[in-house]
Amino acid sequence: MSNTETDVTRDERQDRRELGEAGSQLSTAPVEDSGGVPGLGLVGWARWFWRQLTSMRVALILLFLLSLGAIPGSLIPQNNVDKTKVEAFREAHGTLAPLYDKLQLFDVYSSVWFSAIYILLFVSLIGCIVPRSLQFAGQLRGRPPGAPSRLTRLPAYTTWRTEADPEQVRELALALLKRRRFRARIAGNAVAAEKGYLREAGNLLFHVSLIVILLGFAAGQLFKSEGGKLIVEGDGFSNTLTQYDDFRSGSMFSTDDMEPFSFTLDEFTGTYEKSGPNKGTPRTFQAEVTYSEGVDGKGKKAVIEVNKPLKVGGSKVFLLSHGYAPVVSVTDARGKVVYKGAVPLLPIDNNITSTGAIKVNDGYRNTKGEKEQLGFNAFFVPTFAGAGQGNMFSQFPGLGYPVLALSAYHGSLGTDSGIPQNVYQLDTRKLKEFEDSEGRLLKKRLLPGETLELPDGAGSVTFEGVKEWASFQVSQQPGNGAALAGAVAAIGGLIGSLFIQRRRVWVRTTADADGITVVEMAGLGRSESAKLPEELADLAASLHAEAPTAPEREAEPESGSASEPEDATASRTSEPRESADPAGPADPAEGARA
Amino acid sequence: MIPLAAGTNENLANLSNMLIYSAIAVYTLAFLAHIAEWVFGSRSKVGRTAAALTAQPASRAAAPAVRVKKEGGGTAVLERPEVVTRAASGARDVPDGPGAHGGDEKGDLYGRIAVSLTVLAFLIEAGGVVARALSVQRAPWGNMYEFSITFSTVAVGTYLGFLAAGKNVRWLGLPLVTTVLLDLGIAVNLLYTASAQLVPALKSYWLYIHVSTAIFCGAVFYLGAVASVLYLFRDSYENKLAGGGKPGGFATSVLERLPSALSLDKFAYRVNAAIFPLWTFTIIAGAIWAGDAWGRYWGWDAKEVWSFITWVGYACYLHARATAGWRGRKAAYLALIAFACFLFNYYGVNLFVNSKHSYAGV
Ligand code: HEM
Repeated sequence: MSNTETDVTRDERQDRRELGEAGSQLSTAPVEDSGGVPGLGLVGWARWFWRQLTSMRVALILLFLLSLGAIPGSLIPQNNVDKTKVEAFREAHGTLAPLYDKLQLFDVYSSVWFSAIYILLFVSLIGCIVPRSLQFAGQLRGRPPGAPSRLTRLPAYTTWRTEADPEQVRELALALLKRRRFRARIAGNAVAAEKGYLREAGNLLFHVSLIVILLGFAAGQLFKSEGGKLIVEGDGFSNTLTQYDDFRSGSMFSTDDMEPFSFTLDEFTGTYEKSGPNKGTPRTFQAEVTYSEGVDGKGKKAVIEVNKPLKVGGSKVFLLSHGYAPVVSVTDARGKVVYKGAVPLLPIDNNITSTGAIKVNDGYRNTKGEKEQLGFNAFFVPTFAGAGQGNMFSQFPGLGYPVLALSAYHGSLGTDSGIPQNVYQLDTRKLKEFEDSEGRLLKKRLLPGETLELPDGAGSVTFEGVKEWASFQVSQQPGNGAALAGAVAAIGGLIGSLFIQRRRVWVRTTADADGITVVEMAGLGRSESAKLPEELADLAASLHAEAPTAPEREAEPESGSASEPEDATASRTSEPRESADPAGPADPAEGARA
Repeated sequence: MIPLAAGTNENLANLSNMLIYSAIAVYTLAFLAHIAEWVFGSRSKVGRTAAALTAQPASRAAAPAVRVKKEGGGTAVLERPEVVTRAASGARDVPDGPGAHGGDEKGDLYGRIAVSLTVLAFLIEAGGVVARALSVQRAPWGNMYEFSITFSTVAVGTYLGFLAAGKNVRWLGLPLVTTVLLDLGIAVNLLYTASAQLVPALKSYWLYIHVSTAIFCGAVFYLGAVASVLYLFRDSYENKLAGGGKPGGFATSVLERLPSALSLDKFAYRVNAAIFPLWTFTIIAGAIWAGDAWGRYWGWDAKEVWSFITWVGYACYLHARATAGWRGRKAAYLALIAFACFLFNYYGVNLFVNSKHSYAGV
């Protein structure tokens, strides 16, 4: 293998010498230099380092490292994706976790080493694009190089003899090439032409777009904000920091950037597969809302679905999840209603078996007339299996046979301490159980409309009905537009880069001793391609129509150049090679004629 | 009110299953016909590669070729100037092998039968995919089973498209049909999922765009990968011959009949390069969809990560090709690594890694 490779390069060098200028600057790809010893001193080393960093070889290695470095993040749980999984992993792998922590393997995509790879890659990219763009600008102003001395050395070649005048043929060729949108000029006894500059432009555009995408992405990370909010049917929300259940933002985010708007959840609807093997699988989720833009804009109706966020200015409201909120009312010993409302519960399985807590903070007075707080552990199933049948878990996610199970406590909820509390959990440390007639914790399963009486006339809890809740994520992420524009430009650039071939064509006309004109045409592309000979043949046919072959004379003095093809070549190359080429992008880099 | 989810049509679903099983049967026949083609083809000893490699290199000074047609009494009329091409400097100038049939008439007949059977199987399989789509009233890309049957249909369709366009790709026949059988076998035995509606997260027109282009890219990348593998074999065969070695009987018989290493390498490059922009688009479409569905367009979810890795892998490959020095075998290895990433993204991530991109019932 290595043997052939050195052959290749030796051959190439020989060819390059013979072709001279002809093939130079067909692209702006840097010529790979084989390193070289750095010059003396810091400057020498810096220059050497820069040359290495912007070399194609290092760019290739960095690209490869980038894909390699991305792998662990997909196999090891990530903090930014799912924190609970990371915690579970930590517990399961006591010895491994600290090591992973050191290597930042729980935060691969923001880790120092991953950042180092892509920052180096992008520095390399910029270091590559700038000189290439300058070079390309130079090429655009320059002119196609003159014809090499021996056109027969080029990958595609054709010739014929004609009676037309050499100069006239040159003019014809020039006009023809210009018609075909080549940049062409006459240089000496030949026409030099070049086409396909868009390839280079596309390639540069693609690489610049990569930078734009990265900047857009970075802006998004720095200025983004993302908050979650759970809303029960009938309730509303306005976009201020204090209203969120949880809120995250990038380091450059400021609350002044928040879009002023508000909305009310009118109704949430979920439908589920009713039968068959996929029974219970969700089919539609819809949140009907009324929203208003600005501080007090007019209310507008909208429907938010899983793939259809509501867009308000620069913010988007996504539907994330949903659940049930049983409506309960609580009376105290005096019979006064001290609490009435929908209590959102959290689903614990796919059939929306839900748990949570009902907390009565103020207003309750017990049989002795003393102020107290009440707490209930709540367990809710939208579709109950039936008493004594199977388990307590829900059988179906829709509201088929809703049942609310409650257990009752009184005393202090511990909410006055000022420490934020989980609203879905009861802190029973300072609570006493209500007891039933047998002295056990008071519990009851309620159907809608049913009531749990607290012992000794201490009050009652009524299960009034069920509302649904939906949770929303409101996100604001500037830079999306830039990233999207970059992505679109990247695709456009890629198409130009891969499907357009840059190529040169020369037409030389010389008069031989008999006053007959010899026309020679040759083409050169970035590499061997089936398209180039085809195009040359086409050009030659057009030119030939205007300058046809001279009739053959009987006594042809020389045998070589015209007439019958020489055997050795004829068998091998008399037709454009079109072997196993399907769609057709020609070799390195010129793409398919898709 | 919300329309209740439409039920699936059992009859159509059963018809689809029947068609898929029939397609498997016909692909099996095509497979056997291809085997026959290779067997009969081995009777002729061609040895063109060896001849080309051991012959003295032809003189490089190409003579101008003008085809002259003599008419009657000596006047000559030129038909059209003929173009002479030269292989790139240093490239081995080896002719393509004759194909599996090896020039043997009977072999060729079996090869044609194999292609005809493949066309038939393709039509049946496509019918199966369409019936599946009709049975669920949506695009048939909701789970891995549907993904698999669509994937092999598209791969075979692309191959047949190349054939119809007159490209020399019959050498792809046997490896393709073999792997299609494997893919369908896995699909019906391990991945089968009763037809069902989509979960809401998958309901978006971006599904049609993103998934259909992903399937198409996969199918074309697959053809490229097959070419790369064959290239590696054929290349070492040619190297051995060029170095004066004597390849084994298998190589002489089988590899001799493949296209030249140069042609295979070009084929691989062309299909990979041609599909790369579409793969880029697929990832972007996926990001847009994720932006709508989950509120962030890029979240380093396992599926996203592996799409990205695949993309960077192919970018590596293209770079390697575009910048001399890494051509040939090294570039081919890169292409194969990139394709392995694509496969892992499909099977590995769906089955072993926890991802948001989980499909209903596998
Ligand atoms: C960020 C990661 C990069 C990606 C995804 C990428 C991707 C690509 C692609 C797809 C091509 C087209 C290949 C072809 O024409 O066949 C290409 C060409 C090219 N890239 Fe990159 N590239 C990246 C970084 C770089 C860097 C860092 C450099 C410079 C050191 C660079 C220099 C080039 C050059 C010179 C070409 C054109 C070669 C030619 O003219 O044929 N690229 N790149």
